Order: sequence, then structure tokens, then C-alpha cells
Amino acid sequence: MSDIAERVKKIVVEHLGVEVAQVKEDAKFIDDLGADSLDTVELVMAFEEEFGIEIPDDAAEKIQTVGDAIGFIKSNAKS
Amino acid sequence: MFDLSGKAALVTGASGGIGGAIARALHGQGATVTLSGTRAEALEQLKASLGERTHVVAARMDDAADIDRLAKEAEAAMGKLDILVNNAGITRDNISMRMKDEEWDKVLQVNLTGTFRLTRAAMRGMMKRRFGRVINITSIVGVTGNPGQANYAAAKAGLIGMSKSLAQELASRGITVNCVAPGFIATPMTDGLTDDQKKGILGRVPADRLGTPDEIAAGVVYLASDEAAYVTGQTLHINGGMAMI
Repeated sequence: MSDIAERVKKIVVEHLGVEVAQVKEDAKFIDDLGADSLDTVELVMAFEEEFGIEIPDDAAEKIQTVGDAIGFIKSNAKS
Repeated sequence: MFDLSGKAALVTGASGGIGGAIARALHGQGATVTLSGTRAEALEQLKASLGERTHVVAARMDDAADIDRLAKEAEAAMGKLDILVNNAGITRDNISMRMKDEEWDKVLQVNLTGTFRLTRAAMRGMMKRRFGRVINITSIVGVTGNPGQANYAAAKAGLIGMSKSLAQELASRGITVNCVAPGFIATPMTDGLTDDQKKGILGRVPADRLGTPDEIAAGVVYLASDEAAYVTGQTLHINGGMAMI
């Protein structure tokens, strides 16, 4: 399961153009990684695609940190 | 210029006078086109006259589930959706004193809410591909108002405000959102006017004639093109000088 964390971090790095070192589990997408609200929507879309899951809007709103994303995907991913 | 080869377009209200001309013009510039509307037979006829690179997906703009289905089926048929022309619209004219809630609600639901829903459904793919053209067909009366059309004018003005907001949200993703605002255009809808009514209207049109659907379609082709990439949040008025805004 640890590779889920790696895959999530890779998507964040690619999408937001930040350094791997910045992508800590407690890093907030908007406050710490410079994402705007549209970026967060796109990240959720990218996670959905990568992991073959649906992230409903109310769940997506709660995903504010890298760790939140990893946690949600770990408990919902099929593979 | 304005080559649309390889682009995929969805036109709502394509069975109407202006919508049909828009679909024809986009297709003529090389785009693959999905025709939508409520009258399946008229859509099939238009498809037959356009030939290849044409699909039909009938849908109702007052039905949320149908709108989502339309977006999905159009994308599935064409493989993507680059250009969305929200042209579908209805009128339920009445002076405000006599306007029923149903007349108000229906016009807002189809012309404004339906357009928002379809645009929202189309956005996801456009964001991913970093390209999109949304063109909303509003009306001169959305800017000037018109007695007997409080509902229609409100919906059309709403489209302009909505388009400006979406334009700001999506500009950084290569998606432009604009409006085209026709004045008085010769269509089956205006054919119903009496000669006196037409004369009254033309008295307010410096060009001294009704516009043609093709003249509206030309504006849409421009806004859909790669060349118009830096134009967003705008309303292009095509009205023979009837209002200069």
C-alpha cells in the first residue's frame, strides 16, 4: 500500500510543479503548495483516473492535505 | 484562418434556424459536429445534408439527467468535446402583470439553468485537454430588455454574467467563454411577424434589414477558432447597428 503514497506524491509534483521535498503528508495543497481552487479540482480528477475510483464532491472538499488524499485513496482504492 | 479541422463541436438547438446555420458553418470549417435538440427528425435531416463527421444526440434542456447524458454521448461519439455552442432556447412571452410562474420558470430553466448544467458537464474534459471554446447564444434583449419578455431577457442577461464568471475561472486552462448576441434575425420565429411589425422593428435597425442566421454563425466560427484564443468573457453583438454597446 505504501506505493499509493508515492503515486499520490508524484501526481502532486507533476501537477503543481513543486519539489518532491515539499510534498509532505501534512502539506496543505492551497496554503503550502500554492494550488488554487481549480488546481484542487484537477488533482481530484487526476487521483480518480490514477486509482480508478470516484471521489464524491463532499469527500473532495475534505481532502486538504497530501495526507488526506493518501488516506482517502487507501481506504477506497480497489487495487 | 478559422480552420476547425480536427475539432469536435456540440451545438444545442440545432434544429432551429440559427442553430442549424451554426452547425453547418462549424462543419464547413472542418469540425466534427454533434447536433442536439428536441426534434429528432429535423436533426436527422440536417445530419443527412451535412454528411460525414456528423452525429445526432437528441436531448431535453429542462431535464438534468438528459443534459448529463447529452454531454457523455457527444463526447463518446466524437472522442472529445472542444467547442460547445449553447444555442437552445425557448420563449414564453407575456407582459409581466400576466406572466405565470410556469412561464417564468420554464424559460429560466431551459435557457439559463440548462446551459449552465451542460457547460459544467463539458468542462471536465476541456480542462484536462487544456482547450475549450464555450459560446453561449444570448440576445440583444438580454442587454436592452424588451416588453413582454421579462423572463427571456432575464435568462439572456444571466447568460452574459454567467459567461463572464466562467471565463475568469477557466481562462488559465485554455478555455474561453463568450457570448454572441443576435439582434433581429430572419428565422421561422420572425417569419410569424406581420409586415407592420417588421416595419416597426426595421425602423430601429440602421442596416435596414433583418440579419441572417449565417451572419450569426460567422461570429460563432470566429469565437470557436484558434485565432480567438485571447478573446474571453466577451459578448459579440451582431445586430445591424440596432444597439451599440
